Amino acid sequence: MAKETMTDFPLAAAFDEAAPRLPGSDVAWLDALRAQGISTFRAHGLPSRKVEAWRYTNLNALARAGFAAAEVDVKLAALPDGAALALDDACSIVLVNGRLRPDLSDLDRLPDGVSAEGLGDLLRRAPSRAESLIAPAPNASAGALAALNDAFLEDGLILQIEAGAKVDVPIHLVAVGVPVPGKAIAFHPRNLIVAAAGSHATFVESHIGAAQGSYFSNGLTDVRIGRGAMLTHAKFQDESAAAFHVALVRASIGEDASYDSFVLHRGAELARHEVHAAIDGSGAECRLNGAYLGTGQQHIDNTTVIEHRAPGSRSSEVFKGVLADRAHGVFQGRIVVHRDAQQTDGNQLNKTLLLSRNAEMDTKPELEIYADDVKCSHGATVGELSEMELFYLRARGIDEATARDILVSAFLSEAVSELRDETLASIFAERITGWVDARHADDAEKAA
Amino acid sequence: MALLEIRNLHATVDGKPILKGIDLSIGKGEVHAIMGPNGAGKSTLSYVIAGREGYEVTDGRILFDGEDLLELEPDERACAGLFLAFQYPVEIPGVTNTTFLKTALNAQRKGRGEGELDAMQFLKFVREKAKPLGIGDDMLKRAVNVGFSGGEKKRNEVLQMAVLEPKLAVLDETDSGLDIDALKIVADGVNAMRRPDNATLVITHYQRLLDHIVPDRVHVLADGRIIKSGGKELALDLEAKGYAQFGGAAAA
Ligand SMILES: Nc1ncnc2c1ncn2[C@@H]1O[C@H](COP(=O)(O)OP(=O)(O)O)[C@@H](O)[C@H]1O
Ligand SMILES: [Mg+2]
Repeated sequence: MAKETMTDFPLAAAFDEAAPRLPGSDVAWLDALRAQGISTFRAHGLPSRKVEAWRYTNLNALARAGFAAAEVDVKLAALPDGAALALDDACSIVLVNGRLRPDLSDLDRLPDGVSAEGLGDLLRRAPSRAESLIAPAPNASAGALAALNDAFLEDGLILQIEAGAKVDVPIHLVAVGVPVPGKAIAFHPRNLIVAAAGSHATFVESHIGAAQGSYFSNGLTDVRIGRGAMLTHAKFQDESAAAFHVALVRASIGEDASYDSFVLHRGAELARHEVHAAIDGSGAECRLNGAYLGTGQQHIDNTTVIEHRAPGSRSSEVFKGVLADRAHGVFQGRIVVHRDAQQTDGNQLNKTLLLSRNAEMDTKPELEIYADDVKCSHGATVGELSEMELFYLRARGIDEATARDILVSAFLSEAVSELRDETLASIFAERITGWVDARHADDAEKAA
Repeated sequence: MALLEIRNLHATVDGKPILKGIDLSIGKGEVHAIMGPNGAGKSTLSYVIAGREGYEVTDGRILFDGEDLLELEPDERACAGLFLAFQYPVEIPGVTNTTFLKTALNAQRKGRGEGELDAMQFLKFVREKAKPLGIGDDMLKRAVNVGFSGGEKKRNEVLQMAVLEPKLAVLDETDSGLDIDALKIVADGVNAMRRPDNATLVITHYQRLLDHIVPDRVHVLADGRIIKSGGKELALDLEAKGYAQFGGAAAA
């Protein structure tokens, strides 16, 4: 039988050495969780492309890079300028290589109705309280990388929004990767976002690199949205060019609750953003949207699974991306409508613009429907810029490079405008314009 | 010197000869009309003048204001003062009409060494041009031509012309699909632009537009050649007798 996994990943070996140093290493439930995590990871190893969910994303380069646990304490006095999203009034919380840094965070000026604390701190101070928070939902998916996150469970953000709190200040998690020269480091932040019943909040993530160099961020974020709560969850992935970014979001959405999420990928050598959203209550809404910008040899994977488990719920997905050079994009979108989830409305759209013959997109929609009164649709297109649209713009005096830029930005704007928060939408649109302009400048340089 | 001088123009599309030796000279201050049956090559001629890719000139030349037009990129031609109102205006999702017009105008102003208009100046300017065409703010805010009716698309072409103030406007069947009121609005828009130093080439299938935009010369294009030229009465003659007299396909 063909080998299905890559088991010789050095992190598996590094675990025994790292384990005693992890916070709460003497706590029985934590010890058991980590032991279970590492044994699952050892049994499966890094997923290879024979694993269906990883069919289009090859982790060989990650395996070759041979990442070790990030036990090095990083000196970082300030955040890199202009790298994170510019959310002026936000309350920011900073993780450096997966560890919460109170000295760089606004923990002392949290808005009313919000509590934020470091997981590492909690594991040391009150591990029993952490246990109930960390326990995954019964149906939570757990792949090999989630198991690895369990094994190295160390730190992250625990964010809780009180029932009924209407929080208009965004909470901004700034996750900085700081490469360590001569050492390939890995970190496994674990975040938990709880939006209690009736609350409204906005949680934004910026993933940025402090310097050129490689690192591996293997994050896991659990999101729980209570009855009637509304959570906006936006993420900007702009890791260092040589970084590996793998993130899993496990969201559970309660009755009449709303989850509005968006991700923009711009950085990393390999990025995978995976969302498993379970709609557990009737009348709920789940929106997973995103945009991806790939150049060079970047590999960008968006994988989503939406489970409709309750009647009368809606889900919608719009993912649009632009791939240049030899960039490779992946979109896998699975929608499962369980037997009891009558009157489900699910829409999914994935559109990709290829700017080069060598760019590539794999897209796989999957509908699994067990209820009969259901409206579900999906669509996917992969295409090039329209010759006719380009000519029309040029016939009005707009030069070719500018015309291309206009069409690329216009193409992506459809995904960004899915974000209901207009301030956030315009902040992401600016990042896209920045990318388009930078590419334009690159091209001009190459032509010169 | 003529503003547009076309000499012995031959062009192919996908290797197929479409234009087979066209001679045409349009002087400043003139309006010329080209009429002809479907498939005669009218749109092909307009695309060759505008510089669309895939329309290959195999012989002949085009001078625009004394300059070799065929040497220029499509955007350079536009900046030099050439405008094509498309027979089938193109939809551009995600780009608002205002942004599109402003980018185009400022690109041309920059090309001419004039200063760019800022957002407020531009808005004032474009509203002035839009009003007589019956184009309101809602149409300016919508994505270019997306979801526009046939008539709205044609009026939008005339708006672009009014904003860009070209030296030569080529109108490719801007009248088709318009009812009589819309036709009048479009014709008034074109007439308002007429000056001693610019010119218009009206491509049309029907003579009724020429009641409103009165041409100095009328040319009949059939099978890639201009087979007859005359004064405005030629259009009436064509209306009465059809294109069949020239051996071309009958008008639709
Ligand atoms: N893209 C194309 N590829 C091949 N043939 C074309 C193309 N566009 C036009 N033609 C052909 O060129 C001829 C002239 O077309 P066109 O210029 O559109 O005529 P008109 O505008 O006078 O109706 C027609 O026979 C048409 O079929
Ligand atoms: Mg035509």
